[in-house]
Amino acid sequence: MDKPLTQNIVSGRDYTNFQEYTETGGYQGLRTVLNDYSPEQVQQQVKDSGLRGRGGAGFPTGMKWSFVPMGEQAPKQKYFVVNADEMEPGSFKDRLLMEKDPHQLIEGMVISAYAIGASIAYIFLRGEYVEIAKRLQIALKESYQNNLLGHNILDSEYHLEIFLHTSAGRYICGEETALLNSLEGKRAIPRSKPPFPQISGLWGLPTIVNNVETVCNVPHILRNGADWYQSLGLGENNGTKLYGVSGRVKNPGAWELPLGTTAREIIEDKAGGMLDDYQLRGFLPGGASTDFLLPEHLDIAMDYDAVALAGSRLGTGTFIILDNKTNVVAMVLNLERFFAQESCGWCTPCRDGLPWIVTLLEGLLAGQGSAEDLQRLSKLTRLLGPGNTFCALAPGAMEPLQSALKYFSADFEQYLANEQTVVFS
Amino acid sequence: MSNVSKATELSTEETNEINQEVAHYSNKSAAAIEALKIVQKHRRWVSDDNLKGIAKLLDMSADELDGVATFYNLIYRQPVGKQVIHYCDSISCWMLGSDQICQQLSDSLAIKVGETTVDGQYTLLPIVCLGDCDHAPVMMVGDTLHRNLTVTIIQKMFKHHG
Repeated sequence: MDKPLTQNIVSGRDYTNFQEYTETGGYQGLRTVLNDYSPEQVQQQVKDSGLRGRGGAGFPTGMKWSFVPMGEQAPKQKYFVVNADEMEPGSFKDRLLMEKDPHQLIEGMVISAYAIGASIAYIFLRGEYVEIAKRLQIALKESYQNNLLGHNILDSEYHLEIFLHTSAGRYICGEETALLNSLEGKRAIPRSKPPFPQISGLWGLPTIVNNVETVCNVPHILRNGADWYQSLGLGENNGTKLYGVSGRVKNPGAWELPLGTTAREIIEDKAGGMLDDYQLRGFLPGGASTDFLLPEHLDIAMDYDAVALAGSRLGTGTFIILDNKTNVVAMVLNLERFFAQESCGWCTPCRDGLPWIVTLLEGLLAGQGSAEDLQRLSKLTRLLGPGNTFCALAPGAMEPLQSALKYFSADFEQYLANEQTVVFS
Repeated sequence: MSNVSKATELSTEETNEINQEVAHYSNKSAAAIEALKIVQKHRRWVSDDNLKGIAKLLDMSADELDGVATFYNLIYRQPVGKQVIHYCDSISCWMLGSDQICQQLSDSLAIKVGETTVDGQYTLLPIVCLGDCDHAPVMMVGDTLHRNLTVTIIQKMFKHHG
């Protein structure tokens, strides 16, 4: 099968340089676009491909782009931004793409920026990806030297500058409107929507923010066509997906597979199954902010709709494995501590609710919890749920908690046994 | 504050590097995070005086810039060692033993989390998921990522400390 995203990831090679990238057809998609396509035609092609955002929400990319004002009446200055702030715990797919094949991202950016008529683009890279920053800077320099960036790209009269912004931490920067505030040099606090960034983004101008993996798909769609791209997915799905597995499996890693591959194939075949003496109890399918799934869900297609039907989210497609020897309550506590720490503090339910959840879970683990505490936890999953905050951080934080309370209630209740002696003695 | 450099002025090199970043944005203050990182690269941390110097260069108030500086965990507003050790304490590393890694780092360096070794070489801090979960547990020492850590690896790495 075709593995367009990872075709240049070759063992024994540090990363793919400019020459190696062009040898496998690199920048052909861009040449085709600049020679033969109007921006609207690029948008249409991406729409037809059925590409959906790979950052976690799964929003159709072509549709997202279509909200950007185009034509004579549109603002002259528009922006294209790549969200390379990969900080969802358990996620390590964008690292792979940027570390191994930086030009793929750059080509995707030039085509995407052209499609919305942007003349400035930014890569918003998390600060800890130091080695990637170096590789991207080298790749950007090579692209400028080869007239694939800058003024009058390939004599097309299209101009684009790409700047690399390295961030300074904070998970909330991955939220697209918080990212824009951060790029403007401010505290990364989400913005109220609407207006959406497509209309009013960076400095109030039309802006598209796309995830790394999403953008990396774009050159291939333009080079090989929407029909080809659709044929890569299983069932109703289009394209491939980077899936990953971490935890106590034999072969943790990330693999490019058809979108819609089953969890069983990913965990048992690709990741080699569980380590000896460990059993699978459950897994978070798309990073820390997704609901647990169980072994009974192994045969579900890992795509946006099927995972949602099973009560979780595909998210980033990188699984975190819960084995039978890991304490579920302590695992959920680790996750909630992360979210409490990373809350930007703007909305009350998130700022105050998450530390409260941490306190309740700590109390439970210390044998000081009560049945009422479990009810409080359950209630908080609703208070911090969708609709009560500007962004998805708190609702995301509730996903592993609510599903753990549902699937692993006995694990929580076992800590109530000591209640009488601890509280009332 | 004690032991800070008297100069509120930034070096010519720092000023030039910051101005280069300013050119990438439509207003000066947008380069705030880059500017803080540039000064930190040269001085390891951002003192109150340095903060004022950056704020002046970017046409911001020092308080506004401090609001930005204190929001981001990779900007240090207190002195740190020559290298900061960031051990990942997020979910996959935690499941595979980051608590033991942290304990060993603490033992080998004879410091608690948040402290700096007596010789000023290392500061020990936790960090959220470093995006390398298939090699958990992981940590960064300065700019270098270390994967598949074990207690033994930590012991060997820092055997001359503590």
